Amino acid sequence: MSTRLATQGRLIDRSKPIEFTFNGTRMTGYAGDTLASALLANDQLLVGRSFKYHRPRGLVASGAEEPNALVGLGTGDRFEPNQRATTTELFSGLSAQSQNHWPSLEFDVGVVNNKLARFLPAGFYYKMFIHPKPFWKHVYEPIIRKSAGLGQAPDRELKDADTYEHFYYFCDVLVIGGGVAGLQAALVAAKSGAKVLVLEQNAHWGGRAPVDGGTIDGDYPEAWVEQTLAELSAMENVTLRNRCMGAGVYDHGYALGYERLTDHAPGQGGPRHRMWRIRAKQIVTATGAIERPLSFAGNDVPGVMLAAAMRDYVVNWGATPGKRVLVATNNDDAYRTALTLHAAGIEVVRVLDTRETGGGALMEEVRALGIRVECGRGIAKVKDGKCVTRVAICAQNGQGGAQEEVEADAVAMSGGWSPVVHLWSHCGGKLTWDDAQAHFRPDPARPPLGADGAGFVVAAGSANGPLGLGAVLSDAAEAGAKAAAAAGFKAEAKPAAGVAQDEAPMQPVWLMPARAEIDLRMKAWLDFQNDVKVSDVQLAAREGFESVEHTKRYTTLGMATDQGKLSNINGLAVLADSLGSEIPQVGTTTFRPPYHPISMGAIGGEARGEIFQPLRKTPMHDWHDANGADWEPVGHWRRPYAFVRAGESVKEAVSREILNTRQNVGLLDASTLGKLIVKGPDAGRFLDMMYTNMMSTLKVGKCRYGLMCSENGFLSDDGVVARIDEETWLCHTTTGGADRIHAHMEEWLQTEWWDWKVYVANVTEQLAQVAVVGPKARMLLEKLNAEAGGGMDVSKEALPFMEWKDGEIGGFKCRAYRISFSGELSYEIAVPASQGQAFWDALMAAGAEFGVMPYGTECLHVMRAEKGFIMIGDETDGTVIPQDLGLNWAISKKKEDFIGKRAQQRSHMVDPDRWQLVGLETLDGAVLPDGAYAVGSGVNANGQKNTIGRVTSTYHSPTLGKGIAMGLVKHGPKRMGEVIEFPGTDGTVYKAKIVDPVFYDKEGEKQNV
Amino acid sequence: MLILECPYCGVKAEETELHAGGEAHLKRFGPGSSDDEFHDYLFMRENPKGVHFERWRHVTGCGKWFHAARCTMTLEVFGTYTAQTSAPPQEIRDAITAKRPGWSWREFE
Repeated sequence: MSTRLATQGRLIDRSKPIEFTFNGTRMTGYAGDTLASALLANDQLLVGRSFKYHRPRGLVASGAEEPNALVGLGTGDRFEPNQRATTTELFSGLSAQSQNHWPSLEFDVGVVNNKLARFLPAGFYYKMFIHPKPFWKHVYEPIIRKSAGLGQAPDRELKDADTYEHFYYFCDVLVIGGGVAGLQAALVAAKSGAKVLVLEQNAHWGGRAPVDGGTIDGDYPEAWVEQTLAELSAMENVTLRNRCMGAGVYDHGYALGYERLTDHAPGQGGPRHRMWRIRAKQIVTATGAIERPLSFAGNDVPGVMLAAAMRDYVVNWGATPGKRVLVATNNDDAYRTALTLHAAGIEVVRVLDTRETGGGALMEEVRALGIRVECGRGIAKVKDGKCVTRVAICAQNGQGGAQEEVEADAVAMSGGWSPVVHLWSHCGGKLTWDDAQAHFRPDPARPPLGADGAGFVVAAGSANGPLGLGAVLSDAAEAGAKAAAAAGFKAEAKPAAGVAQDEAPMQPVWLMPARAEIDLRMKAWLDFQNDVKVSDVQLAAREGFESVEHTKRYTTLGMATDQGKLSNINGLAVLADSLGSEIPQVGTTTFRPPYHPISMGAIGGEARGEIFQPLRKTPMHDWHDANGADWEPVGHWRRPYAFVRAGESVKEAVSREILNTRQNVGLLDASTLGKLIVKGPDAGRFLDMMYTNMMSTLKVGKCRYGLMCSENGFLSDDGVVARIDEETWLCHTTTGGADRIHAHMEEWLQTEWWDWKVYVANVTEQLAQVAVVGPKARMLLEKLNAEAGGGMDVSKEALPFMEWKDGEIGGFKCRAYRISFSGELSYEIAVPASQGQAFWDALMAAGAEFGVMPYGTECLHVMRAEKGFIMIGDETDGTVIPQDLGLNWAISKKKEDFIGKRAQQRSHMVDPDRWQLVGLETLDGAVLPDGAYAVGSGVNANGQKNTIGRVTSTYHSPTLGKGIAMGLVKHGPKRMGEVIEFPGTDGTVYKAKIVDPVFYDKEGEKQNV
Repeated sequence: MLILECPYCGVKAEETELHAGGEAHLKRFGPGSSDDEFHDYLFMRENPKGVHFERWRHVTGCGKWFHAARCTMTLEVFGTYTAQTSAPPQEIRDAITAKRPGWSWREFE
């Protein structure tokens, strides 16, 4: 059984007990515990079920590499799935639930998959769920969805109760990792005067060294760590951050730090996580190394643990997974575990060393304690169950015929060490295979390159390959000096003197025993979290998956939330062996950030709720809000869709607004429409290139509707252009188009016609613009003028249709345009933004007797559709040219060139089969479904009916009392009166007659009065 | 997250402040050009592994378009320069030659 020891535990404070619950059971730990160590201390060895076979699983590791101990943490709006027990610091009231089991952790129904394991090999889902096709949606998809995903998603109705933030930081040298290597590198760099930031993912500094022993400068490593920390803290050019993981390294010295501020102390206040967005001149990765598991049958039984992790639990937290431990190793380091266990009073029943000649000094030390060491031996099998009970021992170089069985309640395994090369590799750092250590380490000749073409990442300590304490410290000192020098400082690589036992060479062991039979290989786990075994990778190789990237995806090796930290090297070694290839030739999969999962909250930072995206508001926004506006997002703006009155539905409001505007007078807040001033001696020539129409010939005081296309020929924006003076034009754009069209103009001016003398200014937000629309619009304006004692003459003669004038209306300085998007008598009046609300109020007050009402965007849409006016984004979708929309009249035939002209001459653009704009009317007055496709005769190559058109706009017209629509139809204008069919998604077939797209006031008399 | 120095305002701008504008030094073909010329102008782009010339806009800064010469493989930046030119200036070419002797790209106008 796992338990707390009476002694040991350098990180825990036994005077401070902490209560927590696991699956509802109350447990007690100490301050300084992780959830993992506290669970061990409470005899909770079983922490979860595996993903595919639902096998019982226990802790394997002690840090971020832990694949099994994933729990749901917290409750309600603070619930979070897939949290690692090993990286969760214990706090009072912590509540954790294990995952992936039903109905309970102890008794799980899904474990039946374990019995069926031989029928669920690699690629099972690909092979099983292909035939028959009709099963895809209703049989296979529900099965896959039910079995997919780890943990439980938080309640969708609840919002994360915590806050998060981003933090920007710039430094000369960023050191990632606060073990002895990181601290040594930081010290060397800091002494040169460089600005240094050091990040450590754990709460405690010093990494493994205090656990692993040896001496630094003649003292315990812990003493050196303390002293170095004090020295660094005292330096003004150094910033130290613990609980802050280096999450990723990106182009040109960009790095992300993930700081967990209050995970260990909820209720402390302030943001929970902080995302550090760092620009460093140089980055030192002192990220340490991770121990590899050994691949033997039953290596996933709870109680089987990495040897160094077991040492960590004993030394750091005074917790042990068992009282009778068997150690299996291929290297000397695991003997340290045997020594540690023995010192803590735990029986070491056997050390199995795969090497025929065994290890070096450490082995001798172990033997001297009377512990039985057997060389050339390995584990044949650990007996299945919820904990370790019996271990079968065999010759490593055999097939697994058991020679002996011993009783043990825990197994410590060590397959050697792999440097944590993730951060080195994120941005293109290359690796080299180290035969002696059987691992990939950073290739110093091929680092990630910065903007200047020189390397900007230096690996330090065991992250760079060296494993002995002395070598780690001198490598780290050199790394610190190299980074400081590259950042422009003079540094001296003076390392502390580290002394540790010399170690004998390790022996690569990728399968235990080396020639294990299939029944053993089927129980030898590579990826614990995703349930990938040696036999799965071998099967993938036999089925032709030769690329490591393909094998990864086929078997899911390394695809779990631990991203293969334990499994990758073992897996690709098995793959290489199956392919008869060498490991370096097979290579690794790609290392991608983040190193360890980070919270979505931290990625989002402050950007949530109201400040997720800045909202653009017109000067009359608050009035709209107070007067029933049903808001609609348009670009970054909010526009009233309709102004809904009490007791009225939105639909009813829209109808009322349309009828009132057609009969009386309506007001539209048109302030969001883009307004670009284009000015200069070459402005006319420039606009002739921008628009399909001729704008240079427009007379001062006149307005013209214009179309803009992309160089591809496709219609991109439209709006009314007014000529202000000889050198000045004002171009209206669509609401969403102002910034885009401004950028479009700047691009051509700056990069193509840079010698043309033109300025473009976006004045959209300088002006409030109100459309006064309806047969009584003029009366309203004249009344306003009368009340003010005079003003602009707004008569037909003084201000005719498609002209504009500056002046005063109702005492407001304004510019009035006689333009209409509704077909009614209409004035669009621009006043300074600061006067917008006052002007609106004046119009509403004076308009009362004429029945004035504000109207929203839906009313605008319906009225324009009644008139057959196109809307960018409805009738256009980036594949439509003006010629498709019957807009040839707006395309100049005289101009030699404009943006899009040449493209509109391409063969497909002049194809007579292009779909063209028509009006559509259902036979019974119903409204056509939006986006519906019209079908013609015959089928295409996929057996689907041929389409001959689609609905682009469709509304109920209260003016006409029936449904109206616009659409693009093949040969449409030539098929007036024909009835075509639109199958709806509900199975109904809608029939519609092709008609003229102008439904209302075909002659345009109403707007021209 | 590239850093490119805007040659107009001198700011060492981060990628989030910039807008990528694709290949630099395209020659515009308009009405009167052949179908092939226009097709190539509109669609055909260099896709080098190595030296490349690109257009960038300092969109959240001074708003100016500029050109960047960089290596698509190593992300090394050889230099940035004005957008008001149809070919890279000599000092940019020299900077590239110093780092990538014998480099080539498509022909400049």
